[in-house]
This record gives sequence, structure tokens and C-alpha cells, in this order.
Amino acid sequence: MKAYDLAELAVRNLRESVLRNSLTTVGISVGVASLVAMLSLGIGLQQLATRRLVRSGLFDTVVVTSRRDLRNFNRSDDSATIDPAQSPVLDEPSRQKIEQLPNVLEAFPDLRFITSFTYEDKPHLTMAAGVPFSYKSNDAFEGMQGSFFSSEMAPEIILQKTFAAELLGRTAKPGSDEVPVAELAKPLVGKEMTMRYAERMDSPADAASGPDTGTESGRTSYSIQSHELKLRIVGVTDLDPDSMRGPVRARVLLPLKLLQSLHVMQPTGMRDTTQATSKIPTYSTVSVRVKDPGKIQLVEDAVKKMGFNTFSILDATRSVRRFFTVLDLFLGIFGSLALAVASIGIVNTLVMAILERRREIGIMKAIGAGDADIKKLFFTEAGVMGLLGGALGVTLGWIIGRVINLGTNVYLRSQDLAPEQIWFVPWWLVGSAIAFAIVVSLLSGLYPAARAARLDPVQALRYE
Amino acid sequence: MSAGLHPNFISSNTAIRTEDVCRHYSMGESVIRAVDGVSIQVPAGEFVALLGTSGSGKSSLLNLIAGLDRPTSGAVVVEGRNLATLSREDLARHRLHTVGMVFQSFNLIPSMTVIENVELPLRFAEVDRGQRDSLAREALDRVGLGQRLEHRPSELSGGEQQRTALARALINRPKLLLADEPTGNLDSRTGTEIMNMIREFNETLGMTVVMVTHERALAEQYAQRLIFLADGKLIDDQVNSSLAATPAQGGHA
Repeated sequence: MKAYDLAELAVRNLRESVLRNSLTTVGISVGVASLVAMLSLGIGLQQLATRRLVRSGLFDTVVVTSRRDLRNFNRSDDSATIDPAQSPVLDEPSRQKIEQLPNVLEAFPDLRFITSFTYEDKPHLTMAAGVPFSYKSNDAFEGMQGSFFSSEMAPEIILQKTFAAELLGRTAKPGSDEVPVAELAKPLVGKEMTMRYAERMDSPADAASGPDTGTESGRTSYSIQSHELKLRIVGVTDLDPDSMRGPVRARVLLPLKLLQSLHVMQPTGMRDTTQATSKIPTYSTVSVRVKDPGKIQLVEDAVKKMGFNTFSILDATRSVRRFFTVLDLFLGIFGSLALAVASIGIVNTLVMAILERRREIGIMKAIGAGDADIKKLFFTEAGVMGLLGGALGVTLGWIIGRVINLGTNVYLRSQDLAPEQIWFVPWWLVGSAIAFAIVVSLLSGLYPAARAARLDPVQALRYE
Repeated sequence: MSAGLHPNFISSNTAIRTEDVCRHYSMGESVIRAVDGVSIQVPAGEFVALLGTSGSGKSSLLNLIAGLDRPTSGAVVVEGRNLATLSREDLARHRLHTVGMVFQSFNLIPSMTVIENVELPLRFAEVDRGQRDSLAREALDRVGLGQRLEHRPSELSGGEQQRTALARALINRPKLLLADEPTGNLDSRTGTEIMNMIREFNETLGMTVVMVTHERALAEQYAQRLIFLADGKLIDDQVNSSLAATPAQGGHA
């Protein structure tokens, strides 16, 4: 029989006992819905867990250090290739070179220092760091109250919430609930605080002798001068600096360009006096953002070739991703259980249909239907039920997901927490859930179809 | 029609030939010999009646000729092919293309309309939709049902249902028409209508007709030859002398 005729006859037969076939189809759709619901929950949770990590620049960032910096990331295989003393210096020209590499979005130095901030005449010591302006569109600041820096050079700061709590004298006691960020931000945003910092100034003697003299003896000298700068608090973030990497791993954040213009003395600056090959300041670390997380390895290799050490979070997150793969697998198995039950329903429905349509099968065989025609017909009926059930199930699963997402967010809001998308149904899941339903239905149809095909027409036609 | 014609048909133009054909069923310990060593020959174009009481094996023999069943032993040769040796799919093709069947209980599919029932064999033969429709209409016109295409079998009288079944049997232009008690569920007037149609197909289309019936009078009125079965065995095979006496009704050759 032709495919179109098969489909037409199958749909006609399904409509003949519409109640039973509808119930079976609903059974399939409940199975598919539970599968879709479970998997989209897994996918949603995975995204929830990794979204901020991914978008905060951890997955697309390569951390570059100099091999001269013997303490950092010095793996035996790397150090074997180049003598640290011969390796290049990580300074501004190197940073620019790295930024020119293919697949690199930007490369910025990691500027951080411990200093004192005075708020309402009370000094507080903490770690401050420069944040590039490109982080404005970064999800790391999703949970921030207030706003991001108004410009690249704005004398503004963003506080981390524990530091904000410290300023307000509201440090949470262990075990008690954390103070909401919004509550901390309210009294602080818009206020001013004073930062003390040390400016590194090239010594006038060197400056006067021209640009060549620095390299002639490898001698570097500079003076340090203490300054104060008034800064306006613009935001309070909920980031936990201990769990973050990169520039946001500090309790006070300033615009990177501003810090660069201030020539803030870095702890590594000391080393320049003995190791530097020029008087240009060196960076302890340069963070390289890659255009696509998939290109991280390429960029890492290119930077290594330049003679630097590299580190990316990619290896560290491999176990996290494996965990979610296992979780998805388990959720998928539980979701499939309902589909397995539904497949028994298909077998039952089709076996019933054979008993009911015994005579009809006999007639078809008597007028020339072959075993293959009858088999294909029952097979197609199973497939159509699978297709309908799958489509209905995906819709149902999507609705269930929306409802649970809504309910979760109502709860989160009642707990003063930001709403989250814990549910996500990707297109591949829609397609593969329907395909899976069809495959399961076809497998369920195997036995009934074979049984119908074997039916003896003489027996089938004998009884009225 | 005389007995003297038979040798010619055997050698040149035999539609059906059975050789010592048996169909035995086992029912627990006992064996039922539904057909037990029957040898018959039917020349092409002949109208034959299989007569016998209930359980005589006449329907079982018809099913063997139709390719609905396989013999336990012996040969059933239809249009030159031994059905006993055909595969299941080849038997299905035999039923599709070589034979058309009508039954006492009409055996139409209740969920399909008249025209859908008639064109169903064409679906199995993978005939295109448009061609199917015109062939079905043509067949239904031939049985006088051109106006009731979209009715379901339950909306038709018994005679109309059997005419639908006849149209379906004709649709693939088979060489054999096998009828199992075709008038058994009809009143005598519609029964006569159906029988006249079957005879017309036999005469105008040259179809070989094998009809199973327990009514001797009906058989004598239409069939050229009468084959009597009892307990699965052939007990008599005779030319219908009453039909031969009235050539106006049965003059087919």
C-alpha cells in the first residue's frame, strides 16, 4: 500500500474507536509530558547553576601570568620548555599583543590592591580591584542594586554586599539570615567614601635621560606617593567574592580605566625593581576574554606560544558538567517510566483492535491484502498515536513547566529573592521528545502488528 | 454444453485444477477431514456450482481455490500456478489479482462508504487515487449502484450490499469469481437479481465462476456444471442437464 493510503486508513481506523484511541494517546502524551518536564527541569537547573558563571566571564576567560612569576600556575610541563629568566615580561605591550590574537575579545590587566576606605570618618581595610567597563553587560551584576559605573573614568565604586554590611555595622551573625542586598544598598548608594592609594611615579632622573636609558642597565626606579580620592557609591552587588574569579573577586570594585590612570602601585611593583627589563610597569595577571568558549583552547595555546602561563576554568567545570549530564540522565529515566507505562497502553489498545477488527482484517486479506499491508497498517496506527501523543505531550509538558516556573517565582518573590528561570524547553528537546514518542509507539506496535498480519483469514471470516 | 467438450478444456484452457487435494484440521485428538482427496477441473469461462450439505467441505474447497487457505496435501492449480507452493505474499497477490470473492454475509467494511469499499482492493494494488475513483465508479455503475457511492453498508439493503461486494470483486478484473452462498442472506427476488448479475459477468466478461450453495434448485438454474461434495469427498461431477436443455438461459459459448 502507498504511504498516503496507509496514513489515511490508519487515521480512519483510529477515529472509528475514538474514545479508546484518544485515551491511549493521552497516555502517551502524559508520558511525554513527564519526560519533557523532567528534562527541562534538569536543563533549567543546569542553566541556573552555570548561567552566571558562564556570563560572568569564567568560561570564556583565560588568565595569563608571566613565567617569571614563579609562584603562579607553574606547571612542570610548561616550565620545562622555557627558562623563566628568558621568558617575556607581562606588561602593556604584551597585553596589546595578546589582544591582537585571533578569537580574543579583550585583554585587560588585573589591578588589585589592599587599601583603606574611609566611610563616615571610619577607615576600613579591604581588597579593591578594577573592573573593565565591558562588564556593564555582564550577568555577574544581575543581582546588583543600584547601577553600574556611569563611564569608564567615573570616580565611582561598587561595593560587595559583605563590605556594605561591614560599613553599616550590620555583619550577619553565623546562622542568621543574610541581610537582603536591597536593604544594604538603600542607605549607601549615592554616598561618598574616600580611598587612600599609593601612586607609582617614575623617578625624575630616569625620565630625564630619555626612553633608551631604561634598557641600558635594566635599572628601574620609581617613587611612591600617597593620595586620597573621593568616590561615590553607585551599587551594591550580591556576588560572593570567594566563589568568583577574575576582576570581580574583590570587595570594592572601581572602573579599570580610572585605576590605570591613577597609576596605583601594585604589590607586584616591588618585583619590577629587580626583574624588569624596562621601566614599563608589569602586570601580575592579564585576563583574556575569548569570543566563543569553544575557542578557549586555541587562545590558550596561542598565548602559551608567546611564552606565558595560562589558566582557564574549563578544566575545573568539567566535573560540574558531568554531574548535570548524570542528573539529566536520571531525570530522563524517571520521565521515561511514564512513557513505558503508556507504551503498554498502546500494546493493549492495538491488541484490542485486532480482536475487534478481526473480521475486517479477514476481509482485507480475502480481497488481496498481504501480511505486509496489514502489518504496516497497524504500525502506522501506532506511529500516528505516537506522533499525536508526542505533540500533545510536549505542549502539556511545556504548560506544566510554565505553571511550576510561575509557582516557584511567586514563592521566590515572597522570600524577597529574585525570580529565576528554573525551566527551559529547548527546541532539540521538543523534536527529540516527539521522535522518542513515535519510536516507543512503533516498538509497542511491533507485536500487535505481527499478530494482526498472521491472522488466518478463514478463521477471521468464519464467525459473525 | 456437453460432456464431450471437457477434454479440450483440460489440455488447453483449464482455469482450476485440483489434484487429490486434502485439507485436514486437528481438533484436539481428532482430525477433521474438511476436504479429503478431491480432484476437479474447471475450464476457463465455466460456471460451476459446488453443492453439498453444511460441513460437506464445499466452502473449504472454495477457500483453497481462493488462496485463503493452504491444502494439507495435494495440489490446487489456478491459472497455471500451484497455490500449495506459493509464498504468503504470492497468495495475497493471487487473491488480489486472480480472484474476486463474494460471501453470504457480504463482508463489507462497515466504517467505509460504498465507493471506499469497492476501491479498497485497488489500494492494495497501489493504483493511483484518481484512477481508483473512476474504476470504482465504473464497477458500481455496472452493478447499478452509481447513485449510492457515499452511503455506508449499514444504510443499504441486503441486495445493495451484495451488489457492492460484486463491484468490489470485479474491480481488479479477475479471471475467477468465487461466490460463497451469495444469495444466502437475500430474499428470492434480490437473490435472483444477484444471480443474474453473476451470470452476466460469466457470459460477458468471460469470468470463470465457482459458486458454493446448498440450494440445488439455484445451482441448476445457473450453473453449467454441478459438483457434489459430502464429508469432504467428491461424490458426483455432472453437467447440468436442465440448463443444457434450456440454452436460451445458459448459452455462453
